[in-house]
Amino acid sequence: MSAPVEAKDVAALGATMRTKHPTRPDPSVAMGEPLLQVRDLRVAYGGIKALKGIDLEVRRGEVVALIGANGAGKTTTLKSIARLLPVASGTITFAGKNLATMTPEALVGAGVSLAPEGRAIFPNLTVLENLELGAYLHRDATAMRETIEDVTRLFPRLGERMKQEGGTLSGGEQQMLAIGRALMARPTMLLLDEPSLGIAPKLVQQIFAAIRAIAAAGVTILVVEQNTKVALSASHRGYVLRTGEIALSGNAKELLQNPEIQKAYLGG
Amino acid sequence: MRVLDALITGLAQGAMIALIALGYTMVYGVLKLINFAHSEIFMMSAFIGLFLITMLGGTEHPLLAGVGGTLMAMVAAALIGMLVERIAYRPLRNRGKSSLVRVTPLVTALGMSVLLQNLAQLMFTARNRSYPQLLTGSLSLGPLSVGTSRVVILLTAVVVMVVLELIVKRTWFGKAMRALSANEEAARLMGINTSRVISATFALGSSLAALGSVLFCLDQSPVHPSLGLVVGTRAFVAAVLGGIGSITGAMLGGLLIGVLGELLKLTSFSGGTDIPAFLVLIVVLLVRPAGLLGSARAEKV
Repeated sequence: MSAPVEAKDVAALGATMRTKHPTRPDPSVAMGEPLLQVRDLRVAYGGIKALKGIDLEVRRGEVVALIGANGAGKTTTLKSIARLLPVASGTITFAGKNLATMTPEALVGAGVSLAPEGRAIFPNLTVLENLELGAYLHRDATAMRETIEDVTRLFPRLGERMKQEGGTLSGGEQQMLAIGRALMARPTMLLLDEPSLGIAPKLVQQIFAAIRAIAAAGVTILVVEQNTKVALSASHRGYVLRTGEIALSGNAKELLQNPEIQKAYLGG
Repeated sequence: MRVLDALITGLAQGAMIALIALGYTMVYGVLKLINFAHSEIFMMSAFIGLFLITMLGGTEHPLLAGVGGTLMAMVAAALIGMLVERIAYRPLRNRGKSSLVRVTPLVTALGMSVLLQNLAQLMFTARNRSYPQLLTGSLSLGPLSVGTSRVVILLTAVVVMVVLELIVKRTWFGKAMRALSANEEAARLMGINTSRVISATFALGSSLAALGSVLFCLDQSPVHPSLGLVVGTRAFVAAVLGGIGSITGAMLGGLLIGVLGELLKLTSFSGGTDIPAFLVLIVVLLVRPAGLLGSARAEKV
């Protein structure tokens, strides 16, 4: 059993996924309208400026990739949006709400879920328990059952390991679990931090096929990646970060063709 | 026959120690903090239990006084536990990550322990107070005659541990508690209000200590302000022996220490019942640094 990689299978799988939150009303942002807006975001560690004023925007229904070399500030950007890092200045708005003043635990309720760098699954809890905890806030039995079914179709390998402890999974399976757990909250938007990191190429393909299916189901996605080619291939648009600033941005296909990017990140 | 008798007494002793050890291990799980004030909450609950049981009629209404007094003492202990966490530990938590992050709460815990002990001396004076004899008589099981108190203690402890296991494995609170002890940041990303879970953990651990405390005093009386030091240390050793952070470990550690202590009383070496417990602890920690059931799992990144 393996997840579908063909484009038409991905779209079909996405169409069957149930993504509506059981209680939270749908945000009043139409498809294609800006959902997440980051303006002049600045973050510093001690005296070192990690982000020197980032502007980025994700429209509803889009998959946007944030790419760049190690240390460019990709994870810092995502962690600031997820409220895991204090923001020095700038604004982060999501569906009209100001995220910058929220706690990380409030973010899930607002409709934003993060699958963090390094997966951060709960190793001594079973796969099923990990998934259940993703639904901690809504606890809706029907929504939980449906999303567990959906996640099992996205990642058949997880379905076979429901009773296993999360810590016994391989790196790729843990990544699948982290994404599945984030989906359990029925988010409007999914933040993915380096989903390909340290994972076998074959599983990377499966994970990105799943990301495309999740997007096809209507979930907006911002993905941070070092694997430029894979990330841009699955995205509508991309931003290239370089030493804490946006160096380039645009249509993902055009970025893939951009000679500068090919030279710097694609070894071309 | 003496061995069998000692075994049953030891199991009852161990069950009480385990009830207290659970509080150490659960708080360590969620906060990575040894809550030294836990043994003083145990001692305080012994006094509170004594007053409540006396107030409710003592030996005149043994069932009402025993059950009612114990339950009310558990509620009181839960409140004290939450209060200690709120005023002593929580203000230290959101102070960023420095090398002192582990040391400061530890010193605070020691300070809190001394404070509570002195407070008890002030309020209750240092003299011994004896508990009403609610659980007298003995039951005969075949050729064996077992004190009623031992039977009550053992049965209560077994029921409580089964209920606790269900709470930890099946309820949202239990899952949140385990998630928090595995990875705090990830737990927050699930929407778990970590402060509330920590508070509830203190409440649960303290109420178990109160239960252990009242049972202990009903069995072997007198209450005095340094009770926490004597019994608390044994419970702490039990928690470490079983593997601190592991709930099953605390139960196992408590039972082991209880049985070991009683078996030793049968030998000529009856004076220092705590010595073998510590010896076993040292040996176990040399072989298994994480304790009998502790996890020393390296996280995959």
